[in-house]
Amino acid sequence: MFYRETGQFKTNYSDDRAIFPIAQDRYGIMILLAIAFFVIPFTVDDYWGNAIFLPLLIYALIAMGLNVLVGYCGQISLGTAAFMAVGSYASFKLMTSFPGLDFSIVVLMSGLITAVVGSLFGLPSLRIKGFYLAVATLAAQFFIIWLVNKVEWFYNYSATGQINAPERTALMFPVTGPNAPILYKYFFCLIIVVLAALVTKNIVRGRIGRQWMAIRDMDIAAELIGVRPLTTKLSAFAVSSFLIGMGGALYFGVWLGAAEPTEAFGIDQSFLILFMIIVGGLGTILGSFLGAAFLWLFPIAFKNFMVDGLGLSTAMSEHLQIILMGGLIIFFLIVEPHGLARLWQITKEKLRIWPFPH
Amino acid sequence: MTFQANVSDAMSDATSNAATGPASAKEPEMMLAVEHVSLSFGGVKAITDISFDIHKGEIRAIIGPNGAGKTSMLNVINGFYHPQEGTIYWQGKVRRRMKPHEAAKSGIARTFQNVALFKGMSTLDNVMTGRGLKMKSNFFWQCIHKGPALCEENEHRAKVEEIIDFLEIQHIRNKPVGKLPYGLQKRVELARALAMEPDLLLLDEPMAGMNLEEKEDMSRFIIETNQRYGTTIALIEHDMGVVMDLSDRVVVLDYGKKIGDGPPAEVQANQEVIDAYLGVSH
Repeated sequence: MFYRETGQFKTNYSDDRAIFPIAQDRYGIMILLAIAFFVIPFTVDDYWGNAIFLPLLIYALIAMGLNVLVGYCGQISLGTAAFMAVGSYASFKLMTSFPGLDFSIVVLMSGLITAVVGSLFGLPSLRIKGFYLAVATLAAQFFIIWLVNKVEWFYNYSATGQINAPERTALMFPVTGPNAPILYKYFFCLIIVVLAALVTKNIVRGRIGRQWMAIRDMDIAAELIGVRPLTTKLSAFAVSSFLIGMGGALYFGVWLGAAEPTEAFGIDQSFLILFMIIVGGLGTILGSFLGAAFLWLFPIAFKNFMVDGLGLSTAMSEHLQIILMGGLIIFFLIVEPHGLARLWQITKEKLRIWPFPH
Repeated sequence: MTFQANVSDAMSDATSNAATGPASAKEPEMMLAVEHVSLSFGGVKAITDISFDIHKGEIRAIIGPNGAGKTSMLNVINGFYHPQEGTIYWQGKVRRRMKPHEAAKSGIARTFQNVALFKGMSTLDNVMTGRGLKMKSNFFWQCIHKGPALCEENEHRAKVEEIIDFLEIQHIRNKPVGKLPYGLQKRVELARALAMEPDLLLLDEPMAGMNLEEKEDMSRFIIETNQRYGTTIALIEHDMGVVMDLSDRVVVLDYGKKIGDGPPAEVQANQEVIDAYLGVSH
């Protein structure tokens, strides 16, 4: 009843290909952004910021990066955590080598460095496809983690092998280090994530995005209508790694503050992010956010409910949560194999004609 | 003998076509010529010493029984297979060995026997993908989606809408192609190929699996494409009635060899062709 596009006419192609062509969607996203920018920052405390909003934004960014590669270009990767590690170590080296450098520039440059490394590991995709490529990207996962563990230069010869984020500022506001206020951290991540989402959406709805999807859906036909497999696949790897690298820099610099390679960038991180985009919806920007929200928020909500609400022990709740999480993922995939984003889309289509069934 | 019924039927059409057909106007200009092309996969000889040419502006049919090497021939033309022997002349010049996307760039488009659409995309996006080669805006503008990128996007959208109108697929513009019925999918595939504004359009069994009405529609689109855009068309088809009605000249393959070449009427009278299709007693 409220969600009708009746009377909304498009008189030119630009309007027709807007990101949100329906006015209700536009208002919805504006309200959401207004809440994110003007309500949350001023009500958030340290716990909510550090446990909920920061990781949510950062995981959404990383999931978006992986979604570009897997969801849009159809190249399976299991090396996400390794590329996060590249972003993190790049930001660490940049922060410690150039102490005066603004952190926003550090994040961008970490993204660029990761894009280069990602394209390099994307080269096998020109020859191998599907599961075999997935195994090839596992090589990145193990090799990069081994490398940053082994070569002391990467962690500045510290005795523990850990990397710690020093205090750095973005436009004079402190955003990294233990004393940075949560407000600044949140705003910094929010701005980067919103901009990244906008740019990614723009890329995927233009020529480059269509070529990625062409390669994903039918690579031979794509080649025969003039899509170059080399540049198309490598550009997907580069854009994907760029986003993941920026995410990695935020993950280590802003959120964790300290990282130890095998723990922070283990293969379970790679899988977590892959699950996020599968549950959220492959090939949609929205899906990256929904998937990140579901896989990050659900365990926290469940734990709070079990421990504080029902008074169970932490270990007990942890085990129950693993069981329930696995069950829920299977449930969602059976109900809608195309993920939460498709579920949302179906809901919208139903709402358009509500209260009639057809 | 439905074949012979078709033959006599089509023959009268063909003779009436021949008088007005574009190819018969004057000395024809060469679009593409293959000379002494042979292609083999290990011990299997797919194509043996085949030569034929395609004139500018004509509809050229390639026919033959199953496994005759028709699709292999198309694959050779658009650079997917590389023949071991022989030369390919493209618009008067010898063509060097090229990759499929380079062939596409030089103006060859094609559709597939089993529909090869981009299933996850809408009809509009599928056709827009066909414009990819003509879009030039750089990565930076693509990221912002303003200025040159947006202008270009709208410009090509206008062109794509023209093709969508032409093929009468307006109503499925925003539908994902995976859910469309087969006949419409074939039409979207033709639209995608036309979006490239090709000089030479290769159609691999455009009417396979269609009912009579869909076949009539598709024939109309093929003829109109040929006449309106002046596109040269090479098509593979098994429906003899369609082949004889549509094409200006026909080349017949059997077991990788060329057994007939010429106007439809002439090919139909060829004893070797009749034997290949109907079989001979040994």
